[in-house]
Amino acid sequence: MKLLTCKEATSLASQGLDRRLGVIERISLRLHLAVCAGCSRVAKQFAFMRRAVRQLGSTDL
Amino acid sequence: MDSRDDIREQIEALRPYLLRFASLQLHDAAAAEDAVQEALVAALAGEASFAGRANLRTWLTGILKHKIIDAIRKGGRETPIESDEALEAMFDATGHWPSFPAAWDNPDQSLEQKQFFVALEMCLKGLPDKTARAFLMREHMGLETDEICKELAITSTHCWVLLYRARMALRKCLEMNWFGKQ
Repeated sequence: MKLLTCKEATSLASQGLDRRLGVIERISLRLHLAVCAGCSRVAKQFAFMRRAVRQLGSTDL
Repeated sequence: MDSRDDIREQIEALRPYLLRFASLQLHDAAAAEDAVQEALVAALAGEASFAGRANLRTWLTGILKHKIIDAIRKGGRETPIESDEALEAMFDATGHWPSFPAAWDNPDQSLEQKQFFVALEMCLKGLPDKTARAFLMREHMGLETDEICKELAITSTHCWVLLYRARMALRKCLEMNWFGKQ
């Protein structure tokens, strides 16, 4: 299995929010995130932005 | 390493050749990359049917030709994916971070601040039109990728690229205009 670059890993993390990743993709991504603090942060930030955008316009602040 | 990994590696090694092949036909780097990507996905899905009976390069080129024809047929409808220099600049030449992106401190707290949503909207407005539309259809309206593709007349690969670009640009913008400033 090919090791992912950070660019590929963040792209897969993004796609994981939009489609079901294949087994190989999921394993490669998980392996990368386990050792890469930068990409794990970005993956969490993607998920956070989803929560934020869902609230956009629906919260009375 | 088993033979599956072996084939994957050989396929990966042929990528530059396939890219040149597709670029010649499509005169558009992004469309060529898409065609190659789609061909490789199709090849990996059908690798059992390869089973060593043909030359790997010939087999892959055959699949790629179909993808190129598809791309040309669609050419009239779909505008090619332009390169995204801002995204390219986030990584070094090897595809890694020049410096790690910062962690966001307690981001959920921001969801309770009106100013955060002002910053978020400003960042969304900074995205290219089509990218913003795809992203909002996905994240705000909660549509599935295939509905978005149909609406924007783009392939699903193109759609995933747009969504990825939107997320990367947005996180950068929020980092500069919100999380970095707190």
